[in-house]
Amino acid sequence: MAAPDVLAPALKQYPVIPILQRGAMAASKPYAASDKMNEALGFPGKLVDDWQAKAIGKMGELLGKYRSFKVYLDACVHCGACTDKCHYFLGTGDPKNMPVARQDLVRKVYRRYFTLAGKVFPKLVGAEDLTESVLDDWYKYFNQCSECRRCSVYCPYGIDTAEITMAAKEIMDSIGMGQKYTNEIIGKVHKLGNNLGLPGPALRNTLETMEEEVKEDTGLDVRFPVDEQGAEVLVVVPSADFFAEPHVYSLIGYAKVFHAAGIRWTFSSHASEAGNFGLFIGNYEQMRKIAVRVREAALELGVKRIVVGECGHAWRVAYSFWNTLIGPFDWLDARYPVPQHICELTYDLIRRGAIQFDREKNDHRVVTFHDSCNVARGSGMGGIPGGQFILPREIIRAACNHFHDMAPETIRQHTFCCGGGGGLLTDELLDLRVKGALPRMEALKQVVDAYGVNFMAAICAICKAQFSKVLPYYKFDMEMIGGVHQLVGDAIRLGRND
Amino acid sequence: MQDRRLAEADRLRLIVVLLTAFFACLFYAATAVLVAGLAVKMLGYARTPAPLKIPTTPAPATRGGVVLRILREVTLFASLFGANKWIWLFGWIFHVALALVLLRHLRYFTQPVWGVVEIAQPFGVYAGFAMLAGLAGLWARRFLVERIRYISTYSDHLMLALLAAIAASGLAMKYLSHTDIVALKAFMLGLMAFDWQPLPAHPVLLVHLALVAALMAVFPASKLLHAPGVFFSPGLNQADDSRERRHVTRWAQG
Ligand code: SF4
Ligand code: SF4
Repeated sequence: MAAPDVLAPALKQYPVIPILQRGAMAASKPYAASDKMNEALGFPGKLVDDWQAKAIGKMGELLGKYRSFKVYLDACVHCGACTDKCHYFLGTGDPKNMPVARQDLVRKVYRRYFTLAGKVFPKLVGAEDLTESVLDDWYKYFNQCSECRRCSVYCPYGIDTAEITMAAKEIMDSIGMGQKYTNEIIGKVHKLGNNLGLPGPALRNTLETMEEEVKEDTGLDVRFPVDEQGAEVLVVVPSADFFAEPHVYSLIGYAKVFHAAGIRWTFSSHASEAGNFGLFIGNYEQMRKIAVRVREAALELGVKRIVVGECGHAWRVAYSFWNTLIGPFDWLDARYPVPQHICELTYDLIRRGAIQFDREKNDHRVVTFHDSCNVARGSGMGGIPGGQFILPREIIRAACNHFHDMAPETIRQHTFCCGGGGGLLTDELLDLRVKGALPRMEALKQVVDAYGVNFMAAICAICKAQFSKVLPYYKFDMEMIGGVHQLVGDAIRLGRND
Repeated sequence: MQDRRLAEADRLRLIVVLLTAFFACLFYAATAVLVAGLAVKMLGYARTPAPLKIPTTPAPATRGGVVLRILREVTLFASLFGANKWIWLFGWIFHVALALVLLRHLRYFTQPVWGVVEIAQPFGVYAGFAMLAGLAGLWARRFLVERIRYISTYSDHLMLALLAAIAASGLAMKYLSHTDIVALKAFMLGLMAFDWQPLPAHPVLLVHLALVAALMAVFPASKLLHAPGVFFSPGLNQADDSRERRHVTRWAQG
């Protein structure tokens, strides 16, 4: 399949709700996973013969395992409050990208097979058989949801389309309709400990090079240790931080923070990945298996704390799920939150005066902050309400002189997804990703025009990769996107903190 | 002449007896379906584990906070207010009016009538109109707003029609064609005591009652399940305390 044409919508002065364009994104779908990729995760290699019965069976199983799935399928009243809340709808106009319409793709099948009304009066209640064309819609449109949870914030019942999307993906995986990008990556983590498939020696090399570069830059021995027994802190970061730009600048930032604060820390080659794509495919067991590597690494290295780097969905999994998946953590230092976000660690050091900044080093930047969806709507920080919004901004303010927030309806819990989350960060979906970024790009344009913003900080590897790619489609410089710890790393005082 | 009149009276009496029996059975059946259906559904929700912590942002950190949050959602429709002012306005008016109307109707089921129910009487009448207005607004959106037209099913329209017809028939009895409410009350109290009393054979009343019974019967098999659902939604009823408290459920043991 040739990659579809990528068309960036025009940026409007004021965001408007698009008129419906039926079927606008009906051609968008990701590559299918190969037999081998599916089988490596215990899924059937390709579409099984009795897929319909199997899918309905799986749906029944999930209805018994997830209260969210069960309640959300029943409770929706079709009020329509969520219809204009999804960035993919706003960017494409395709009605099947309205959250409730996306849910209805599953709901109509649920009604047909699991409710009396749908069995007796299918037409009346909008129930439908699980046909090939319905399944086809599932594959297309559940791969047009980044599981960002924006819609859930506005629903009077807290209905979270991400839960429905995850269930649909889980059903599709169980009948052999795996998606290539996610399933290939999960296979790599299981084998090598990170999404990139970077083996231990390569990781060590990369970090050594980085040590040399930072030495050249600062004249100091800022360390990037791997597998160091007896370190106090295990740091788990998205593997993109090890070599992709701008991610790597944040990695340097973390190292400088630890250096300045004099904390002994280490990466692990066994758990060299914070990301957890098990979340994206809604598979509990895959998610647990990936998370377990962190527990194993922490135990083996004998660390006292676990800190997670700048990765949105990783932080959701760590903050919200780790305690369930791989807890309890009573063997770690109880004086610190487990797990701890790198922003929590840095913020704490700032408040205690343990690190300081030369903020003018960031004076060439006018900064704004993009709340990443999984951090904003799937986690917390600092043990205070809204801490996940406050801490990163406080760190930016401590490290920079010029900061401006984007429009209030586009930040904090209302933030728009970058357009590349949820396992959609793959080239064949680029058209969708560019269009899905529209609401964020419009909000960015406003602060660019009003304040001359030239840097958008984020704490998510997917956001960074996605924006690097899509910013140019909207005539922005791709280097506008970077990490919070990139700003920290550029301004932190090293070597003279006494 | 006399005989004919007698026969007429007998026929009327027979009709009343049959009607009474029919509606009594209808209400017993509708109540049984409503109660049993809701019980099955709610038990199902309660028994299904929520394996992971997925509270919707902004989430309270404590159980007490969760109670407040749900209260805010069910009384003020707080999330809906942030989402769409029109839907909020019509939806909220409809629900508040419905609550008042239900409260007012309690006078048919209580003897002596409770104090609050007495107080609610005058408001209950206006609430009937407010209910209709709210429904009309919600219904208009199903036709006028393209996005909502797209997601609407026949059953969405039918539910609005049913509620509107109930409200309209109720108001009709208040303003157009009065029924014998003393007899009606006797019928209702009799129903509850399993001691049937004659039901007034008033056509509007019969329509009104039949529609209410229909609403009760479809409740557990329709989107009206949002009423219990809101309390079982993990997004709303979970506290944001995943790091402090280990959350473990039946099948999902770490
Ligand atoms: S979770 Fe996000 S991407 Fe998915 S439907 Fe809701 S708003 Fe859209
Ligand atoms: S806001 Fe909630 S109840 Fe309303 S249509 Fe969307 S999912 Fe359904």
